[in-house]
Amino acid sequence: MEFLFSEDQRMLQKTVRDFLEGECPVEAVRARWETESGRSLEFWKKLAEIGVPGLLVPEAHGGLGMDELDLVLVLEECGRAALPEPVIATAAVAVPLLCELGDTELQEAWLPRIAAGDAIVAVGAGSSISPFVADAHVADLLLLPDGGAIHAVDPAAVSLTAQPANDPSQKLFTVDWTPGPGTRVGTADDAASIDRGALACAAQQLGVGDRLIEMSVAYATQRKQFGVPIGSFQAVKHQLANCAVKVEYARSLVYRAAHSVARATRCRSVDVSMAKAQASQAAVFAAKTALQVHGAIGYTWEQDLHVWMRRAWSLERAWGSSTWHRRRIADAVIDGALPAESFGYSAPGAPRAAPA
Amino acid sequence: MELVYTPQQEAFRKEVRAWLEANVPAEPLSSFDTADGFEAHRGWEKKLHAGGWAMVPWPVEYGGRGADLLEWLIFEEEYYRAGAPGRVNQNGIFLLGPTIMEVGTPGQKARYLPKMASSEEVWAQGWSEPNAGSDMANIQATAFRDGDHYVLNGQKTWASRGAYAHWLFGMFRSDPDSSRHHGLTFLLAPLDAPGITVRPIQKLNGKAAFAEIFFDDARVPVENRLGEEGEGWKVAMATAGFERGLMLRSPARFQSTAHKLVALYRETAAREPALDPGLRERVATCWVEAEAYALNTYQTVSRLLAGGRIGAEASLNKIFWSELDVAMHEIALELLGPRGELLASAPALGAGGVGGAGDWLDGYLFALSGPIYAGTNEIQRNIIAERILGLPRK
Repeated sequence: MEFLFSEDQRMLQKTVRDFLEGECPVEAVRARWETESGRSLEFWKKLAEIGVPGLLVPEAHGGLGMDELDLVLVLEECGRAALPEPVIATAAVAVPLLCELGDTELQEAWLPRIAAGDAIVAVGAGSSISPFVADAHVADLLLLPDGGAIHAVDPAAVSLTAQPANDPSQKLFTVDWTPGPGTRVGTADDAASIDRGALACAAQQLGVGDRLIEMSVAYATQRKQFGVPIGSFQAVKHQLANCAVKVEYARSLVYRAAHSVARATRCRSVDVSMAKAQASQAAVFAAKTALQVHGAIGYTWEQDLHVWMRRAWSLERAWGSSTWHRRRIADAVIDGALPAESFGYSAPGAPRAAPA
Repeated sequence: MELVYTPQQEAFRKEVRAWLEANVPAEPLSSFDTADGFEAHRGWEKKLHAGGWAMVPWPVEYGGRGADLLEWLIFEEEYYRAGAPGRVNQNGIFLLGPTIMEVGTPGQKARYLPKMASSEEVWAQGWSEPNAGSDMANIQATAFRDGDHYVLNGQKTWASRGAYAHWLFGMFRSDPDSSRHHGLTFLLAPLDAPGITVRPIQKLNGKAAFAEIFFDDARVPVENRLGEEGEGWKVAMATAGFERGLMLRSPARFQSTAHKLVALYRETAAREPALDPGLRERVATCWVEAEAYALNTYQTVSRLLAGGRIGAEASLNKIFWSELDVAMHEIALELLGPRGELLASAPALGAGGVGGAGDWLDGYLFALSGPIYAGTNEIQRNIIAERILGLPRK
């Protein structure tokens, strides 16, 4: 029993943080908003050079062969940088899905290209989650679920309708496509992809939440009213302290969910839902608080605060809204619809608690 | 990261479970804030101690078991699973004990720790004074040196367990010219010493849970001083850290409450189909938050075992568990509806109560003290804002 990341995992996190601070400052995010696609293939290639898209790709296919416990810290950094690129779908969902489908031809065709930064894969979460597919416009491959089967679809064969979203970093599309025997590449558990996508969102929300708190602390320290920094007022302090409590207690849930996904544990889905619901709640709460602390300046397009506010909101909607995940938790905990276990503790009469 | 127990940890759990199953009293003891209940709880502590379970992470020589913090967590999980009695000497074993272990002399360790572990001596805490609550540095009770004694004068209040405890620890101003957190000394005082008067105060549930304590030229030998003269604040900060943080609020306490809440919800929903559907999600969220608290504790323990320390983040803890505890009891009382108003003794509840109705009410009254004691949650928020987030003090 050891609830700690390794030094290597922390080093990787640091590498990604340093890289994003240098290569993806907020000016770069805003510049991306002004381009037609909102994406930079050149930047994606650089991300691949430090291993991000291919982190979960097996070494035999040119990736790093790591798991979600490595990825979770990397995604936290992506959230901290408000990185607009499609790391969630490609790196966190598509790669394990391709591995799981077991179609070696498909794997050989796509996994090395993903690891090299030469392919972006968009993944449909399924209609129970969202009618939209993110980043379909820059995808080289679409993986779309249909009636329990997964279809590998050539983007040239579909028609896309852009659905402008509140978060300019979020590129959503409805996809008009026809499933056929030629596109069907196998079956996969829909829940597994949802869990991976939701975990990735939750991890990003931690970074988003941290950044929102930091921005607010910096502003409240510098902004003076009544002759003193507004951050010296308890009315401001206590609100930001509340944000810190929420983000900190979501963090442990997210890290455990990463462990549950990496090890495919029995309670994986509920562990992920707990992480997604709480991390989203924390980040959205931090966004609301940060806006209040910034006051009118935070309510402008010019101030950078909303870059992260909009991330908090859009990540909350992606891969299952908080409502969807909270329902899944209640169904599991109260009705036993899915396995759910306490960590360590087991109630009288219940079988031995086994966190793994 | 490895979230699986080792075979040794599994074996330890089995051993704890077997002992508790054989020894936990079948009937709940009466409150340790009554004269009878206090003695009954001391009896239980004696039994725990004889079994070697009184304070598992303490060294064997002081009546512990030399277990590590993970084993302590496992012990607590089993303790709450077994529904074992509350710890009457928690001020001693969870607060003062670890402080003595850190700053006490070998003589003090040998003198106080074994009797604390066995609850032969039960401890009250003497933090607050009438004018030193949240503003703890405003301590006015004095302890001036007279040869090899300190002479104590003044008043402490809200001393938990003060009504029946044998000893008190607290801070006294030893330097008459000092102010704030300077010139304070941490002393241990027997409550039966001449010049000490204990006046019990009934808490919200009507029981004498705490006391005000008056010092009138009470003499305490110099060897009862913990740490150096004038260094009391530093010693107290270590103790307060234990109280807010890890030791006193084991996650199993909140997990067991969350499990009971889920059971109460199921029972109520089966009986009342028109139950407000919003309650369902609130119940599930409590369960989630109890898990979050447990996971956070495991993370902290792992960090401590790897050589880390707990600092101001104990304040995050204190806010989280105290607000969760209140929320769980509020929801339970909502689920109980009109029965939520009844004391456990009400005939309408029958034996054991409906869904533990009386216990939820009692638990609610107790939970309400959480955001106040051990430093109010407002003070904790100041600490988080200033020491973790780095916001300006002024």
